[in-house]
Amino acid sequence: MTAIEARGLKKSYGKFVALDGINLRVDEGRILGLIGPNGAGKSTALNAALGLTAFEGSLSVLGRNPWTERDSLMTDVCFIADVAVLPRWMKVSQAVDYVAGVHPRFDRAKAEALLAKTAIRMNSRVRQLSKGMVTQLHLALVMSIDARLLVLDEPTLGLDIIYRKQFYDSLLNDYFDKSRTIIVTTHQVEEIEHILTDVVFIDRGKILLDSAMDAVAERYAELMVTPENLAAARALRPIHERQVFGRGVLLFADVDRQTLSELGEVRTPSLADLFVAIVGGAAHQGAAA
Amino acid sequence: MSAPSDTFDPTIAATPPAPAHAVRPFYWSVRRELWENRSLFVAPIVAAAVVLLGFLVSMSMLSHFHKLTSLADLDSGDMAAPFGAAAVLVMLAGFIVALFYSLGALHNERRDRSILFWKSMPVSDFLTVLSKAAIPLLVMPAIVLGVVFPLHFVMLVVEMVVFAAHGLSPMALLSSLDPVARETMLIYGLITAAIWYVPVFGWLFLVSGWARRVTFLWAILPPIGLCVFEQIALGTHHIANLLGHRLFGAADAAFNSPTPGSALHIMVADMDPLGFIGRLDVWLGIVIGAAFFGAAVWLRRYRDPI
Repeated sequence: MTAIEARGLKKSYGKFVALDGINLRVDEGRILGLIGPNGAGKSTALNAALGLTAFEGSLSVLGRNPWTERDSLMTDVCFIADVAVLPRWMKVSQAVDYVAGVHPRFDRAKAEALLAKTAIRMNSRVRQLSKGMVTQLHLALVMSIDARLLVLDEPTLGLDIIYRKQFYDSLLNDYFDKSRTIIVTTHQVEEIEHILTDVVFIDRGKILLDSAMDAVAERYAELMVTPENLAAARALRPIHERQVFGRGVLLFADVDRQTLSELGEVRTPSLADLFVAIVGGAAHQGAAA
Repeated sequence: MSAPSDTFDPTIAATPPAPAHAVRPFYWSVRRELWENRSLFVAPIVAAAVVLLGFLVSMSMLSHFHKLTSLADLDSGDMAAPFGAAAVLVMLAGFIVALFYSLGALHNERRDRSILFWKSMPVSDFLTVLSKAAIPLLVMPAIVLGVVFPLHFVMLVVEMVVFAAHGLSPMALLSSLDPVARETMLIYGLITAAIWYVPVFGWLFLVSGWARRVTFLWAILPPIGLCVFEQIALGTHHIANLLGHRLFGAADAAFNSPTPGSALHIMVADMDPLGFIGRLDVWLGIVIGAAFFGAAVWLRRYRDPI
């Protein structure tokens, strides 16, 4: 079953093209990382999928057009659009009451169990919670909703590493199963790459890489080359080259690992390094942690 | 952290998903408005407290400085006036709070970005605006009733006790004040006012959903600009008359008042429900107001939320 299917998805703001006719297909039961520098079109793509913004081209989310069928879509889709959008005046108990009162798929007992594991108290107001606790609260609410698609747009922005790690561990352990689909965007690529099943690089409204994580490991290889082999390695046409401790680190696509291993140490590149290689130096800050 | 939350608790993940349960999105949406805007009921209660305090002081002065010998010593209007004034003051407090509420109803959620949370819930934009519109049009009249009824009751009991203390018949006072007729009039006045002000609240909702900043100025400057333009260009002031009629004409439309504008002395006999629902301006107001609310729904649904 397909969770999301986009064909020729396009969105412009005046002359600025945020999405330049992208094609994307996400199957159910996947965890997709959508990675790109600021202004690459990540949030625009997610907003289109959530029915928050109009678009050109065709886009189907769980079999529905998100722009015209948003109301029914929201029963099956849940999202954390940005950090700190929970209303600051609300009490934690009110947030639980409200979601239980409006969402038919909300499991109150699960939310209370998740919150009991945190330091959040039910009678606190959101404004009294730390940024990390607000995110924990939002995640507890969202994870207690039996949604088929969960969209997380920079859910851990501005949080310290302890909360970030807990966030993704909790998501994987207490929420994810094969009937759900998760799409997540983040700047902290290295923290989520171990939980992803699929990855998409996006820059300037275009998709530069769309691959399953297994295929990334098969297709791309990173070679730490010894100086005497540098010329031979360069002849194999690396897609990117950088220097680490005076040694060349070359990134190859579709080059046999056996061939490379004769020239130095071969390993699978990290998503961050692959991102820098593919999206390029200009977008470097977008991939940095 | 009170407990390490990265330890995997199998009991939570193993819990089978709860079957879809019944929801009451309208009820909970209205409740959440009351959670956020506590002034909606605090202001009428405070107004009632002020009225009650003033009334108690006046009653104690009355019993100290006047020697009441018979009901005829007092104009029955003097005894009735505080009840009317109390109702009008609480209504006014509620009305002003409802105006400010409406101006923020669709703006505050965009300013603090919480609209992205509300829109992640399966509550349609139509239902959201409907629940918000219910605040000035249904909930506020109910709050005013809920505050004025007990207030009037306490005032009535106090007056009767003062009368009894002076050896006068409390029952004579009761029949002269006719509380049933008074409260009927209050209910009628609240219902007609809510209908009359539909276009005013609709306009505030539209501005609230449309303006990115300074909603208050966007709410009042365009109507004033229209009046000024008409005055200068044509030398007439139809628009000003129309707006003035809408803002201050609720009682005139609902009551056959021999003295227009003196709300305190409107009598029960002046209630004119048939005349009210037969008025063209009442129906035009409803239609225009509904169009404003509809436009507010459209904006919340189809415009980029932030």
